[in-house]
Amino acid sequence: MSDVIVKEGVEEETVQAVQSLGGKYKYGFETDIEIEYAPLGLTEDIVRLISEKNNEPEWMLDWRLQAFARWQKMEEPDWAMVDYPKIDFQDIYYYARPKSMAEEKPKSLDDVDPKLLETYAKLGIPLKEQALLAGVEVSEEERRVAVDAVFDSVSVGTTFQEELKKAGVIFMSFSEALKEHPELVRKYLGTVVPQSDNFYATLNSAVFSDGSFVYIPEGVKCPMELSTYFRINAENTGQFERTLIIAEKGSYVSYLEGCTAPQRDVAQLHAAVVELVIQEDAEIKYSTVQNWYPGDENGVGGIYNFVTKRADCRGDRAKVMWTQVETGSAVTWKYPSCILRGDDSQGEFYSIAIANNMQQADTGTKMIHLGKNTKSRIVSKGISAGKAQNTYRGLVSMHPKAANGRNYTQCDSLLIGDKCGAHTVPYIEVKNNSARVEHEATTSKVDDEQLFYCRQRGMDEEEAVALVVNGFCKEVLQALPMEFAMEAQALVAISLEGSVG
Amino acid sequence: MAMNNLKFDASDALLAAFDVPNGAKWAMEARGFAATNLRRMGAPVKRDEYWKYTNPTGLTALPTPKAALFINDETPMFDGVDRVKLVFVDGVFDAAQSDDLALDGVELETLEDALRKDIHWAKDLFGVLEANGQNPVERPLAALNTAVATQGLVIRATGKTDKPIAIRYIHSADTSDAMVHHVVKVDAGANLTVLESGPGAARFNSVMEADVLDGAAFHHVRTQGRDHERRTATHMFGRLGADSIFRSFTMTVNGVLTRNESILEFTGDNAKATVGGASAGDGNGFHHDDTVFVTHDSLNCESRQVFKKVLRNGATGVFQGKILVKEGAQKTDGYQISQGLLLDDNSNFLAKPELEIYADDVACSHGSTVGAIDDDALFYLTSRGVPKSQAQDMLVLAFLGEAIDEIDDSALSEGIHIRLAEWMERRHG
Repeated sequence: MSDVIVKEGVEEETVQAVQSLGGKYKYGFETDIEIEYAPLGLTEDIVRLISEKNNEPEWMLDWRLQAFARWQKMEEPDWAMVDYPKIDFQDIYYYARPKSMAEEKPKSLDDVDPKLLETYAKLGIPLKEQALLAGVEVSEEERRVAVDAVFDSVSVGTTFQEELKKAGVIFMSFSEALKEHPELVRKYLGTVVPQSDNFYATLNSAVFSDGSFVYIPEGVKCPMELSTYFRINAENTGQFERTLIIAEKGSYVSYLEGCTAPQRDVAQLHAAVVELVIQEDAEIKYSTVQNWYPGDENGVGGIYNFVTKRADCRGDRAKVMWTQVETGSAVTWKYPSCILRGDDSQGEFYSIAIANNMQQADTGTKMIHLGKNTKSRIVSKGISAGKAQNTYRGLVSMHPKAANGRNYTQCDSLLIGDKCGAHTVPYIEVKNNSARVEHEATTSKVDDEQLFYCRQRGMDEEEAVALVVNGFCKEVLQALPMEFAMEAQALVAISLEGSVG
Repeated sequence: MAMNNLKFDASDALLAAFDVPNGAKWAMEARGFAATNLRRMGAPVKRDEYWKYTNPTGLTALPTPKAALFINDETPMFDGVDRVKLVFVDGVFDAAQSDDLALDGVELETLEDALRKDIHWAKDLFGVLEANGQNPVERPLAALNTAVATQGLVIRATGKTDKPIAIRYIHSADTSDAMVHHVVKVDAGANLTVLESGPGAARFNSVMEADVLDGAAFHHVRTQGRDHERRTATHMFGRLGADSIFRSFTMTVNGVLTRNESILEFTGDNAKATVGGASAGDGNGFHHDDTVFVTHDSLNCESRQVFKKVLRNGATGVFQGKILVKEGAQKTDGYQISQGLLLDDNSNFLAKPELEIYADDVACSHGSTVGAIDDDALFYLTSRGVPKSQAQDMLVLAFLGEAIDEIDDSALSEGIHIRLAEWMERRHG
């Protein structure tokens, strides 16, 4: 459907394709369903209520209450280079779920409220097990993605559970895992990001409502990619999810995460915690495309994205790779980190952070080298446009025992326009001399010669900038799984819409 | 809360520990302003982000921590240079050991004299550049200095000068707590070289405010000597006019605690600044911190920060550098490199090289590397018959040499090279 008048000969399909890339946030719609809320604000009763709604064991409630008590004594951190009005934590709903999910959870996706399913279809998320992601032409056998869909505070459903079970892989919502595998959850929860870690992580520990749980047993290569799709729908609601992934000895999993939210003029809070446990010879690839609603061009509305993500390489030769494309959110505060405890373990961090209009991003990573021969690599590409501020903040720490540790860090910033800012705040701490640490950073504008070259070949300025920027991000885009890379590439162009001229 | 009180108790105690001198009304106002500022900020504590890597306790503790005198038979630095020599003993000007305060093209007097005059050009600089430099990062030790310092020099270059002014600091009492404050003005088109050498006192706090006007050139070379137990905090506040040139280089060997801050601001177009440092640290007690903050607020300026540190036997080297490019400061070229060479497993290098940029047509970069001596280079030299320890020394000196090359005067850089070679030698003794 198109209400645009176009020149003769231009196909409707083309117009639609262009419109879909038309720069406006395309996931800003709202799903009109009945939502059940917990009372406004945060008290001990709310924490109890969330626990009760999930039918949690006693120890889980105690853990939450402990976190809540601690959180009440904590102060919001203010060191990041982001500026936003003070959050009133009593003016947020901490729990919201579609009414249809209220009593008994649907047994299969077929029983889920069609409106919910429609939402995910509109977002392009395949909840039908045979569905493939658009644009990927490979055989069904090779390219399947299991999805856990989280809607506000609850998981709507998880696909391919049966088949994963055959391989021994556990992939389910956090609340289900608490019922079916409480011993595993209890063993690992909070061991990577402790309750007391930081203000938002502690808040999350008290009020997290759902999330994803993944367990890959020893020696298993997960037969498909796993993915969680987070959707905030309800108004004035915080989303607090918790993801826990455990990769046992010699196992492998690739995990994808996507996020969107409706377009609203009131800012919303998202404070998630992700914990990865990686044992000997295991590997986790964790990819995120974060496209929360960024607010409008005047900075009204948008998501405050305050996330704690950490991977613990516990065993020797454990490997983790964080890849993130951060295009959304009004404010981003996020530092996916790697603790390289096992000897010869490796951490990688590839990031593209794009901030346009009034967006603010303060993001980066921490590489804590504890074991011998540990290696890490950081490639961060920050792009600022409009009046946005984009900061890379990172730590590379070589402990005295991290003999022969290696780190290479590259942070490049690109500025589009003269009203935005790009900042780099790296911390480098080296306490042994066999370690080698290299850090490079550059800040520049889009190269005039490259632009001229593109323009000369008939591209308009915006296209030319998008192309140059895609080239600038290439190293990170290459690290993403294929479907994500395509989505990310399109996102890069969309996020910069309106930044030129 | 308790921590905060500690900060303010410490700043009050420091202010009370020094007699506030008499002076002209403007000077007293500047001192009062700095004291108020300090009371508002409080003394630095380890918990402050800006002191994350350096514990300031030794710089603020009362009574002043003792530092045993260090006697050595080295020829004083810059003795071979044709210069005007001015001597401070434990931070107090010693006229008897100094040359006459006379030099063509330069007006030279002591701070004490200048601050008593009702009308003086220093009124527009004393405490002014220091106060400007308190934003966006607080520097309480510099405010303390302005509030209580009586000693120092007031130097104005009005034309071309060919002789450097060489300030020599002698440490002679084991509990001396020196506050030295210099005010420097290089008039439009004029040039000036200021050399500083010596440890100065058991605890030495120095501030230099340097205003380099349009088309002027200011050159500053400093060596902080081998006195093992001394503690030092220095602040260089530089303001650069259009087409001006500013160069500052510091060599440091030993010392329990050294914090050298350089705060530069470009206010005119097409100016150039270089801040460099080479430091060699030996032993657990050595802690050396270079903190640099360069603000670009004009067009087409160039800044360079080049810092190299060699560390052994548990020494710690710190670098905190920042390039701030304000909105509209287009065509800025900012460069920053910090490198640590760790000669053994016990030494540490801690760095925080920052960029904060609000203009798009700029080229800014920073690099930071840490590691041991390059095995390939070592192998190359030893395979050609150079004994291993000598080969190591050659590589260390070559490493530091890249920073020393930032000094644009071969007579001065030669002296620094020799001192560092001697430092390497002592390892084998």
